[in-house]
Amino acid sequence: MALFQIAEPGQAAEPHQHRLAVGIDLGTTNSLVATVRSGSATVLADETGATLLPSVVHYAADGQTTVGYAAQLRQSEDPRNTIVSVKRFMGRGVKDLPDSAATPYRFVDAPGMLKIKTVAGEKSPVEVSADVLRHLKQRAEASLGGELLGAVITVPAYFDDAQRQATKDAATLAGLNVLRLLNEPTAAAVAYGLDNAAEGIYIVYDLGGGTFDVSILKLTRGVFEVLSTSGDSALGGDDFDQRIYCWVVENAGLSLLGDHDTRLLLTHAREAKEALTDHAETRITAKLADGEVVDLALSAEVFQQITAPLVQKTISPVRKALRDAKLDMSEIKGVVMVGGATRMPHVRRAVADFFGREPLTNLDPDKVVALGAAMQANALAGNKGDDEWLLLDVIPLSLGLETMGGLTEKVIPRNSTIPTARAQEFTTFKDGQTAMAIHVVQGERELVADCRSLARFELRGIPPMVAGAARIRVTFQVDADGLLAVSAREQSTGVEASIAVKPSYGLADDEIARMLQDSMQHASEDMLARTLAEARVEAESLIAATRAALASDGQLLDAEERAEVEAALARLQAASAGEAATEIRAQTDALNQATSEFAARRMDAAVKRGLAGQKLSELG
Amino acid sequence: MNHFDFSHDHFTLFGLPRAYRLDMASMETAFRALQTQYHPDKAASLTDADKRMALQAATRVNEAFQTLKSPLARARYLLLLAGVDTQEETNTAMPVDFLMQQMEWREAIADARAASDVDSLEALGRELRGVGCAMETELGLLLDEQAAHAQAATVVRKLKFMEKLEQEVGDAIERLLD
Repeated sequence: MALFQIAEPGQAAEPHQHRLAVGIDLGTTNSLVATVRSGSATVLADETGATLLPSVVHYAADGQTTVGYAAQLRQSEDPRNTIVSVKRFMGRGVKDLPDSAATPYRFVDAPGMLKIKTVAGEKSPVEVSADVLRHLKQRAEASLGGELLGAVITVPAYFDDAQRQATKDAATLAGLNVLRLLNEPTAAAVAYGLDNAAEGIYIVYDLGGGTFDVSILKLTRGVFEVLSTSGDSALGGDDFDQRIYCWVVENAGLSLLGDHDTRLLLTHAREAKEALTDHAETRITAKLADGEVVDLALSAEVFQQITAPLVQKTISPVRKALRDAKLDMSEIKGVVMVGGATRMPHVRRAVADFFGREPLTNLDPDKVVALGAAMQANALAGNKGDDEWLLLDVIPLSLGLETMGGLTEKVIPRNSTIPTARAQEFTTFKDGQTAMAIHVVQGERELVADCRSLARFELRGIPPMVAGAARIRVTFQVDADGLLAVSAREQSTGVEASIAVKPSYGLADDEIARMLQDSMQHASEDMLARTLAEARVEAESLIAATRAALASDGQLLDAEERAEVEAALARLQAASAGEAATEIRAQTDALNQATSEFAARRMDAAVKRGLAGQKLSELG
Repeated sequence: MNHFDFSHDHFTLFGLPRAYRLDMASMETAFRALQTQYHPDKAASLTDADKRMALQAATRVNEAFQTLKSPLARARYLLLLAGVDTQEETNTAMPVDFLMQQMEWREAIADARAASDVDSLEALGRELRGVGCAMETELGLLLDEQAAHAQAATVVRKLKFMEKLEQEVGDAIERLLD
């Protein structure tokens, strides 16, 4: 592993030797590498002087891989083997893709993450990203004249654990020692804040090629404290191209375009978007494969109209971040614009309108993230500069566990400052239960099905005890990269049974991947049994509660209402004797529904009794 | 990397007196000073043992900060240090007027949610915050001046209700705005 080729930091290097470290902005559309040289951060260019590297990789049948502009040239002629915007697929499965029809790729679903079929074989997004990173690593080493000690890789702040882990895996695969994963808006804040000696509360609005982030930071004497972050990890400049593309298809009366034409028109769409930054109107002219010529004029006004919903979509994360930080608009000192897509005039105007002030655009929105990452890499490598600073970042999405009935129990809430840890205790459900399935999820929704599943594993070897006697402590630890590690341990006996699983799509760590897969199989069997058991227990307790309520307060119902409740009760009892958990659940819901009015009347009656001076504790 | 003493309670760690009423500015200063020393970024070029220690120490510092920053968590923590269980899971007895008020708020949230009325929800949020603030003031009195732990535990339980309601309002607003 590349990690071991690097000497122990802090020992091998000469005391005054400058250690080579870089910051890499691995973008959806473009990637950059930057470093700190003679005290100032600079973006490293290739031999032609270009600083941006298009995040495009072309795979040829002979096994040759090309990256960047050279690959971009191939995309119209060989769209299926030219991978663009691969960042959108990091840590994602086929079912997560919102609109796969618009890409020319042939996807293969694989556990954890999709793969893309190319003439050079199936490629996972991690491998494609690694090719981009390897290219940047070579550029940096050629430019700096030595091997890199390590790199800071930036990720969208709103990336979840799976996307972060995939990014780290890609860097490892490219032979980079990852000093830190750094959130893009935080990197931008470092570059901006240090340059301007800024103090106070700033908002970073970062609209990139494929991701949108908003972070609120408090800058105090060299401390960059993220108060809250929000965003959309599937919204960016690409979507604006897509809107123009759709407009062209519609207005030119096109249908059923091939991969080649689609790619061609998307390229023209991007060029039109860029042209409209400085012009009121632009022409889109393209010759399709069948000889048909598309020739349309697109005005800035129409462009604004067709993309207004996208711009609007960036505003609700901004509101959310403000609410989470418990801040009022008046407390904001400035709004920093980051990401190439913030060049669009109507995006700037929308932000200016929302905040009632002009946003700060004096930094190159394409470079600022890489520059900040370079500064942080330099500091982490131990090259002490004159000024020292500290970054305190947060996790963007809550982390939790699946509990009874497919519900999420939040263990670490979003916007917790990292590193952070939290433990939660659980117990066994059945007598003699010796294993417990643990399902780790990320997201804000109540239902597990609506959150991202990060890992499933199981704790085995729990000593047989009566239900409820075992004490299983599940610990979540989030490190400074924002990556989660989960461990579980049975506490009540001296027997130790613990396992730590780092959610990983494991190109770097095959053993963990295998372990995860194995446990997934067992876990699903156990989960089925558990679901049935839980459904039954829930049903039994509802039946008992309903009977007790009928016995004590039956007079609150008329004969017809009572018959309805009793019928639902009988149906649930019948279902509970069977083996179908979903049927039990359905009948449980039905009985709950049938008794809701009854419950409301009982509550009213109880409150009236309470007011009449009865014992209050009965209400609980 | 300096040694970190994991046996300290949060107040000792931050060099603050053990009290409910805290000087938030000095707490934040102490927090930043500790993170400047122990954050994993400061150990990035040190040994693996130092890195592990930094991760654990910084995790503890964050936990302490979260606990002391939140009025509810701070009160709960002070009671814990005093050996008083706040019984938030087990003791559900509440004065009836408080319960009635809870029901009214809950209905108001449901109504506003059904009517997609963000303004009402925001007004409700402010009202709840006001009530919460009054309870926090009361906690200062009970904990710092009267050492009335049992009463403080009751206020903690009430405040938890309030936080849940505020959370519900926030969630409802979020859902409507999305």
